[in-house]
Amino acid sequence: MAMEIRVSLLLLIFLSSAVISFSLYEDQVGLMDWHQRYIGKVKHAVFHTQKTGRKRVIVSTEENVVASLDLRHGEIFWRHVLGTNDAIDGVDIALGKYVITLSSQGSVLRAWNLPDGQMVWETSLHTAQSSKSLLSVPINLKFDKDYPVLVFSGGYLHAVSAIDGEVLWKKDFTAEGFEVQRVLQPPESSIIYVLGFLHSSEAVVYQIDSKTGEVVAQKSMVFPGGFSGEISSVSSDKVVVLDSTRSILVTIGFLDGVISFQKTRISDLVEESGNAEILSPLLSDMLAVKVNRRTIFVRIGGEGKLEVVDSLSDETAMSDSLPVADNQVAFASVHHEGSKIHLIVKLVDDLDTVLLRESIQMDQHRGRVHKVFINNYIKTDRSNGFRALIVMEDHSLLLLQQGAIVWSREEGLASVIDVTTAELPVAKDGVSVAKVEHTLVDWLKGHMLKLKGSLLLASPEDVAAIQEMRMKSSGRSKLTRDHNGFRKLFIALTRAGKLFALHTGDGRIVWSMLLKSPSKSEACQRPSGISLYQWQVPHHHAMDENPSVLVVGRCGSDSSAPGVLSLVDVYTGKEISSSGIGHSVVQVMPLPFTDSTEQRLHLIADTEGHVHLYPKTSEALSIFQREFQNVYWYTVEGDGGIIRGHAMKSSCAGETADEYCFTTRELWTVVFPSESEKIISTLTRKPNEVVHTQAKVSTDQDVLYKYVSRNLLFVATVSPKGAGEISSVTPEESTLVVYLIDTITGRILHRLSHQGCQGPVHAVFSENWVVYHYFNLRAHKYEVTVVEIYDQSRAENKNVWKLVLGKHNLTAPISSYSRPEMFTKSQSYFFAQSVKTIAVTSTAKGITSKQLLIGTIGDQILALDKRFVDPRRTLNPSQAEKEEGIIPLTDSLPIIPQSYITHSLKVEGLRGIVTAPAKLESTTHVFAYGVDLFYTRLAPSKTYDSLTDDFSYALLLITIVALVAAIYITWVLSEKKELSEKWR
Amino acid sequence: MDKGKAVMGAGRRWAVDFSDQSTVPSSRDILDPPGFSRASPEQDDSATSRQKKDAEANWKLQKAWEVAQSPFKNLMMMGFMMWMAGNTVHLFSIGITFSALWQPLSALQSVGKIFEPFKDNKVELLMPKLVFLALNLGGLALGIWKLNTLGLLPTHASDWVSSLPPPQEVEHSGGGFSFH
Repeated sequence: MAMEIRVSLLLLIFLSSAVISFSLYEDQVGLMDWHQRYIGKVKHAVFHTQKTGRKRVIVSTEENVVASLDLRHGEIFWRHVLGTNDAIDGVDIALGKYVITLSSQGSVLRAWNLPDGQMVWETSLHTAQSSKSLLSVPINLKFDKDYPVLVFSGGYLHAVSAIDGEVLWKKDFTAEGFEVQRVLQPPESSIIYVLGFLHSSEAVVYQIDSKTGEVVAQKSMVFPGGFSGEISSVSSDKVVVLDSTRSILVTIGFLDGVISFQKTRISDLVEESGNAEILSPLLSDMLAVKVNRRTIFVRIGGEGKLEVVDSLSDETAMSDSLPVADNQVAFASVHHEGSKIHLIVKLVDDLDTVLLRESIQMDQHRGRVHKVFINNYIKTDRSNGFRALIVMEDHSLLLLQQGAIVWSREEGLASVIDVTTAELPVAKDGVSVAKVEHTLVDWLKGHMLKLKGSLLLASPEDVAAIQEMRMKSSGRSKLTRDHNGFRKLFIALTRAGKLFALHTGDGRIVWSMLLKSPSKSEACQRPSGISLYQWQVPHHHAMDENPSVLVVGRCGSDSSAPGVLSLVDVYTGKEISSSGIGHSVVQVMPLPFTDSTEQRLHLIADTEGHVHLYPKTSEALSIFQREFQNVYWYTVEGDGGIIRGHAMKSSCAGETADEYCFTTRELWTVVFPSESEKIISTLTRKPNEVVHTQAKVSTDQDVLYKYVSRNLLFVATVSPKGAGEISSVTPEESTLVVYLIDTITGRILHRLSHQGCQGPVHAVFSENWVVYHYFNLRAHKYEVTVVEIYDQSRAENKNVWKLVLGKHNLTAPISSYSRPEMFTKSQSYFFAQSVKTIAVTSTAKGITSKQLLIGTIGDQILALDKRFVDPRRTLNPSQAEKEEGIIPLTDSLPIIPQSYITHSLKVEGLRGIVTAPAKLESTTHVFAYGVDLFYTRLAPSKTYDSLTDDFSYALLLITIVALVAAIYITWVLSEKKELSEKWR
Repeated sequence: MDKGKAVMGAGRRWAVDFSDQSTVPSSRDILDPPGFSRASPEQDDSATSRQKKDAEANWKLQKAWEVAQSPFKNLMMMGFMMWMAGNTVHLFSIGITFSALWQPLSALQSVGKIFEPFKDNKVELLMPKLVFLALNLGGLALGIWKLNTLGLLPTHASDWVSSLPPPQEVEHSGGGFSFH
């Protein structure tokens, strides 16, 4: 047995060492992998239809993406993902050919070429203080063939040339503390009005010469009540703002530089009172105010008199105003009614004139409409047509036109926060495989084509046919489980609180579901999702039950807000149950026990230090009480630099009648000195990781016993000074210290200090090793260190006879209180790339060698064999070590271009990589998410346990047939010859 | 070795034994020709025939010794081949090793048959047989030694623990940073 394993392992090593890097041929792209491009939830949209035939919309999103979308199909023409700290504040079109974006709190202004998205210029603006930033592209302001763009940010007002990005002039408002709210430009005038507030209580109007930036006139007036929030400009000389109590509308007139206030109580306009909110849409001479979840439209009369003209029910989204023909201005509003949404476009001047009224059936799982952007086009009969771009609660983007959804984009998938995997249903016996797959003739034809291809006889058409066949081959997108476990579902939870099930075969959405609030209360209209757990994975018993996932959510953003648990059936995507739990959710701990229906036990900790057991059944309670003494939990307090360990104490029956609630007691604390160490990263092993063996065999047949424990916590701390940006400190000031802490006893098993190094630390923890990535300030390079942990107390188990007879305690359960002696081996290497995230491949039995999956700063994923980060590497490995696959030590880790698993693609805004085992031991699923999604299957040691997809069965079949025929013919011939010999 | 096998092979259907040594005429259907006496050669040339028999026995013994020592050459050749094959597991070394194991085993199985041609009342075959056995056992030992040097024998602790799963843990813990 052991011998066979040795042989197979040796063969495996030979196979894997034959080709060091994983690589792909061009025609294999897209066979196993898929890539989906997203942009995120749209914040602003600017339509661009001046030139006919180029129907595009420019959008900026909350994922810091600026993109140009095709209005016909919703495809991305071009897209730029700005960095995570480069949030877009405004987007507009200038000169009809440039897209202007303002980002990074108004400090970076960029122009992109409209047709192809090339960057034309970039200007960084001087900002002195953080303030609201404002981008304004005046339409008809022009001097010397130049069109200035006005930007207010950080206390400065800049005029920037739209042609080359040169700053034409800037006006410093930092001394006064003046906040610009609006830049208005009367038509046919070179004077611009800059309106803003001073300390939220004084309205100031500057008249500025747009050519030179000089202040022509300045008027200010103190408003005793103080202002709050946004101002809404209603005409070229009037704005409306709310006072600080949010109950009075203040109309500010600044005609000819004279400021006048006019107050109107909201309670005078409508019966309801309460906190009002001016909706940001700008309607000329009209104001939309949201009071008590109702939207009222207020018209501003000639003398600043306000009158209510219309009111709408609460769930209404409104668009900006849009000039249509004949100096008229229209706006759109969308409201829900049952499962339908109603899109209404009205003229601002005349609310009774409805230009468009459409009702569209809308999927319940898209939630409510959040934003509307409208655009008009001229129909063939010269009337106005309207198209509306709407952003839904689940972040999806839809285009409505002529009463139908023209296209939709699931932009929620750009903000995935947690991912888990799930199995597909088992294929029903009744369905014949042959019918689903192919007929035999098709099968043979396909294989003949493949054979032609492999014998280099195929014509170009054949090659294309083969490629097409491979792309949609073998039911890779079927909705049933397959023998190899290649078909699976990835369940993704998005920031909008929507669950998506993605098929591994082609990446399509099998089902999606928006989390519902368990109660109808107003406080929690929609819970926000926190994390996902596998609740029930039937594989031994309870096979008739569908697997389900647990979604832990929360009502509100505060950590003490009550939690929501939702169970979702994986096969159907239906919510089995959704319940508000009466306590907050701070941590969730899946326990390694399941009940008779294979529901996993979970402990949920709340802010009070109690833990709650789920599912709330008596069976779960009895299972938990059996293991009561052996369950611990720990908390990491990043601010205080404290790690606390807790044990279960008793049922909290004294305080509440809930028998599933337990109190805890503090067992240990690890306190890091706050003046020298700050926790920047913690990591544990994945709880579901499978480890094949506890022994590591070295070249000279020596055995090292791995210290494999789930109760190990990797903690990285850095000096408080070094917690900032890279290279902001000198090497002497920053020290990186890593710890391995036992989370049961609080014992520090290992401590390693790196002088002159700093974070950010990206780490991966698997089996008995940790690999982490950090910055070395002395060498000015990134470094990767590997630490392997071995158990010293087991090392005496070397007597062969005892092992043969089974007289050892190597498989006996171990306790952390037995204080195992351990030692570590570590090694460091330079690494040329900055890293966003690191993951490791995981396989079903843990036999296959591992690869590190490194998400690089370029949003690609690099697969690096674990053999490169092996502390046993030496400068001159012996022959035996070489045969075992030990690579000679080099100072830096190689980056082999072929081992990028994303090949030519980029996973923009990469945030995480998830791996899951397939049933086939050699293969692992890899799913990477960010703004984009990427999936591929990896075989870190090649697919040693199955034939590859392009294996020619036809060739094998033909060879066998030919051999059998040859044997038969030669047999006949030899018979004949023998007979004639005998007759001679 | 091979000759003996061919003669003793099971494929024989019939045979005429020309070296009939029997002295009793009644055992035959045909009478002896007149003037032929069966007893005469014994009486006449008993001394010479004894000499002949001795010579034959000596010759048989000599041959038996030769057969007994023949594995030694094999052994040397095997040793050379093994040295050539090296200490890594690949097709060649595996083939060599297995043939080195198979040859002595098959020889040991057929030791009786190999020494059958030299069977004689006067020939003492025990010593050659013992030598033959010892040499073949030596070959076998060489093969096993080779197997061990290739690392294919479970003689190390590592062979017995390499597939031991990690032990269960008594305690379970969870936690970390609290959710934001």
